[in-house]
Amino acid sequence: MKRKGIGALISQIARAICLLALLLPVLAFASDRVPKPVIDIDKAGKCVEDTATMRREHPDMLKHQRDSTMHEGIRTTKYSLKACVACHASKTSGSVLGEKGFCQSCHAYASVTIDCFRCHSSKPKRTSGVTP
Amino acid sequence: MSADANDGISRRGFLAISAATLGGVMLAPGIRLIEIAGARAPATGVSKQVRWGLLIDTNKCTPGCDDCVKACATENGLKDTGHPRTDPQWIRKVELKDMRTGRASSVPVMCQHCEHPPCVDVCPTGASFKRADGIVLVDRHICIGCRYCIMACPYKARSIVFEAITDQNPDVPRGNGCAEGCTLCVHRVDRDEQPACVEACTKAGHNAMTFGDLNDPQSEIAQRVAKYASTQIRADLKLNPGVRYQGL
Repeated sequence: MKRKGIGALISQIARAICLLALLLPVLAFASDRVPKPVIDIDKAGKCVEDTATMRREHPDMLKHQRDSTMHEGIRTTKYSLKACVACHASKTSGSVLGEKGFCQSCHAYASVTIDCFRCHSSKPKRTSGVTP
Repeated sequence: MSADANDGISRRGFLAISAATLGGVMLAPGIRLIEIAGARAPATGVSKQVRWGLLIDTNKCTPGCDDCVKACATENGLKDTGHPRTDPQWIRKVELKDMRTGRASSVPVMCQHCEHPPCVDVCPTGASFKRADGIVLVDRHICIGCRYCIMACPYKARSIVFEAITDQNPDVPRGNGCAEGCTLCVHRVDRDEQPACVEACTKAGHNAMTFGDLNDPQSEIAQRVAKYASTQIRADLKLNPGVRYQGL
């Protein structure tokens, strides 16, 4: 009788621990214990595709566009990196890089290196007449 | 010979006119129309019917003038890093002198945009390539910086970037560790503009450089190469460069 009572208690505790373990990530997110990327989004609203598609597929879009631009001279702006930068550059820093920059903040959070801007400009084209 | 050429032009013109009268929607003559206009729809790729070329009149190119070199540097963001021996060089002025006659000439030399480019032959990754319209480029996404192309080029037209670059022109991405050379200002050509060097030369009133489609008999460059004697540098290598020199 006593043994059975202890067994039930242990299984109850185990169940509670399991439930807690399952809920932990949810609770943590809900309570803001996990740091999230801080992104300066100056232009909210729809991008060239919906947000979920953009988040998942922007590398493929850029890669596809880069090959057709480089080798075939197709310079449409829909998926071009230049157009991304022109729209998403921060109003304060003028760049997509930097701690809160549109590209770098998220890439730093996800720990994915971002090689584009070793060659490409991270700032939109300066309007003529303005000197830095 | 010239009569044949004239026949060719009038035949072509006739095709274009007949296409226009038929509404201009027919595919094959429509393509011809676009060809003559020299414009390309932004979503269509470059065509091998076009061969971009450059004609440099050395009689008009004055020694000591480096307007084209300066314009190139400004357009493509080539900055002086303080190490002139290793700084990338896309275009340079070469001073020549015939020792027997004393005749001196000064010519700009850049990537000659060969039909059979040795830099493309030797590239181990396929980064060095020739676009369908004859412009020879480096795809920096693929370039590993091995410098074979620099060795292979008989015109010394390729450079490697030794130092990290910031503040590039958004139209001209450039970076450390990649080979590069004159792109014939491909970003400008794609929006129907002239290369920066040609524009600067014309603006300054020298008119020593002509850019255009060598395959289009209506273009100024095609008519000039048909009329005046022009030479290719190291023509003996049979690379058929797209850059030609007049009066050399």
